[in-house]
Amino acid sequence: MSNIAHRRDKAQLGSLEKCPTGIAGLDQITGGGLPKGRPALVCGSAGCGKTLLAIEFIVRGITEFNEPGVFVSFEETSEELAKNVRSLGFDLDDLVRRKKLAMDFVRVERSEIEETGEYDLEGLFVRLNLAIESVKAKRIVLDTIESLFSGLGNDTILRAELRRLFRWLKDKGVTAIITGEKGDGTLTRQGIEEYVSDCVIMLDHRIHDQLSTRRLRIVKYRGSMHGTNEYPFIIDETGVSVMPVTGLGLNHPASTARISSGIARLDTMLGDKGYFRGSSILASGTAGTGKTTLAATFADATCQRGQRCLYFGFEESPAQITRNMGSIGIDLQPWVDKGLLRFHSSRPTLYGLESHLAMMHKLIEEFAPATVIVDPVTNLVSAGLVQDVHAMLLRLMDYLKSRQTTCFMTSLTQSGHAMEQSEVMISSLIDTWLFVRDIELGGERNRGMYILKSRGMSHSNQIREFVLGKHGVELLDVYLGPAGVLTGSARLAQEAKEQAEETAGRVERQRQQTEAQAKRKALEAQIVALQAQLVAQDQALESLRVSEQAKATHEKAERQAMAQSRQADAPSKKGTGT
Amino acid sequence: MKNKSLDTAEWDLRLYVAGQTPKSVAAFANLKKLCEEYLAGKYRIEVIDLLEKPQLAKGDQIFAIPTLVRKLPQPIKKIIGDLSNTQRVLVGLDLRARA
Repeated sequence: MSNIAHRRDKAQLGSLEKCPTGIAGLDQITGGGLPKGRPALVCGSAGCGKTLLAIEFIVRGITEFNEPGVFVSFEETSEELAKNVRSLGFDLDDLVRRKKLAMDFVRVERSEIEETGEYDLEGLFVRLNLAIESVKAKRIVLDTIESLFSGLGNDTILRAELRRLFRWLKDKGVTAIITGEKGDGTLTRQGIEEYVSDCVIMLDHRIHDQLSTRRLRIVKYRGSMHGTNEYPFIIDETGVSVMPVTGLGLNHPASTARISSGIARLDTMLGDKGYFRGSSILASGTAGTGKTTLAATFADATCQRGQRCLYFGFEESPAQITRNMGSIGIDLQPWVDKGLLRFHSSRPTLYGLESHLAMMHKLIEEFAPATVIVDPVTNLVSAGLVQDVHAMLLRLMDYLKSRQTTCFMTSLTQSGHAMEQSEVMISSLIDTWLFVRDIELGGERNRGMYILKSRGMSHSNQIREFVLGKHGVELLDVYLGPAGVLTGSARLAQEAKEQAEETAGRVERQRQQTEAQAKRKALEAQIVALQAQLVAQDQALESLRVSEQAKATHEKAERQAMAQSRQADAPSKKGTGT
Repeated sequence: MKNKSLDTAEWDLRLYVAGQTPKSVAAFANLKKLCEEYLAGKYRIEVIDLLEKPQLAKGDQIFAIPTLVRKLPQPIKKIIGDLSNTQRVLVGLDLRARA
């Protein structure tokens, strides 16, 4: 989009002046607007929005670019037109009063007209000239000039006069929109594209599978680069918005900034910091696994940071989401009141995919959110074929990435399918993929969550039990043991069992310890007794030794005494001395 | 360009032209001749030059030039062209039934 404008500026220095339409998106794909001072043709079948686009061109010209305009209708009276566009907030009567707008209704009624001989359309020229001069108009719309053909019989004159008219408009220097009804095999019924050859825009209103989508295509634009795709557009309460989806290159910036998921434990799992800003996150899982809760938690976290979040709900109404999230302690209402959170709930079947895309694009442009939530993307499948949804999401994501807006999507997987198979095959577009699944065990169903992938960050490979409590989401470690992964009450039971076993073991160990201590004490006592015995024995020995000694001494003394007593008989005086 | 009995004219005709173009001149001549022949004494013709009074074009829904408007008798009839085909003009003015 901006690429085109940029390239054009470079390639054609001031060659073709453009007249901005002020219509959202149209100026982007035309590289600045319609060719200034020339007529452009807007064609399409009945009800495709030609008149509305033309009116918006005039009204925006007045209100945004201060270029007065003239609206000449061949089909509706000025009063009817004013009434029709009042719902879009365009007050034509006021613009007429302020001399910014001149309106004229040219009624061509075949039954009232008789033709005889030569004529020309000078009367129409006079009226156009008067209208243009009266407001000094820079823009003019002729809606639908082909009505002249049905009212007048002489095609030759008409064609010559139309050629003269477009020449005259160019000379007047007004930028004109000529509308034309789509013909059979031709752009317009009367082939007026032959005369208006500078710029041709085709509008289309297609029904596919009972869903309508409006599309806009620039068939040609002489002397200017322009987008060649079919662009979806919507008509809503603010007028026409075209979504300038182009084949954006893969060159969007990649931020290294991280934002919290709103769940502390999940941030930890995502390399301790959370998601990358501007990345796309998918939470997929079977029904009732808490995808919306994850989304709401993320929305809550966004608002807590003071940033804006836009929530596209394709399943639940805003009130329903708010109520349901209230039950787990996530109160979204204050954010809505503060204007930080905006819900947009619609049924996917409300209109076609392209219209959804255009609507989302418009809301994102308007609200400029930091994060966008799409809940769930899979529901869009009911609005189109899978490959169309894929293409649409690709464009949405490209757009969001170019804006550095973080996108959180949820996706419902059918139970029984391979879990990696998300319905719309968008896995390749996803940067961080959270997978929420049921774990059925022991007659109950619990939620488990793990990170299937997360580009560019180290992340946990662990399954966490995902519990919705009174205070939002909590992630718990699951029980991993010989019995496998256990969650919920099985986990609790297993933990209790382990605790019981642990307690029993402790008691046993204590008993053994006491016993050992008792034994030791007994041994100590024995040692004391034995030592006492030893002492007694020692004493006994000592006393034996002493008595032995005493006995020896005594015997010696006795022997001496005996010898002494024997001395009288034997000479042993010398021995005794005395 | 007003005929005799101005206010009581049964036939009130207006011829819209834009300047003195050959077509306009021819139209006026053809009309004058026809009126004299068929409506002598009970018509009036007003010629309006849109180059002088462009604002009058809107009221009678004029886009082709020349255009003859039959204001009276009712209903309003319009005949565009130089009025060269007298038969068709007579049909257009309801002076003769359609063939």
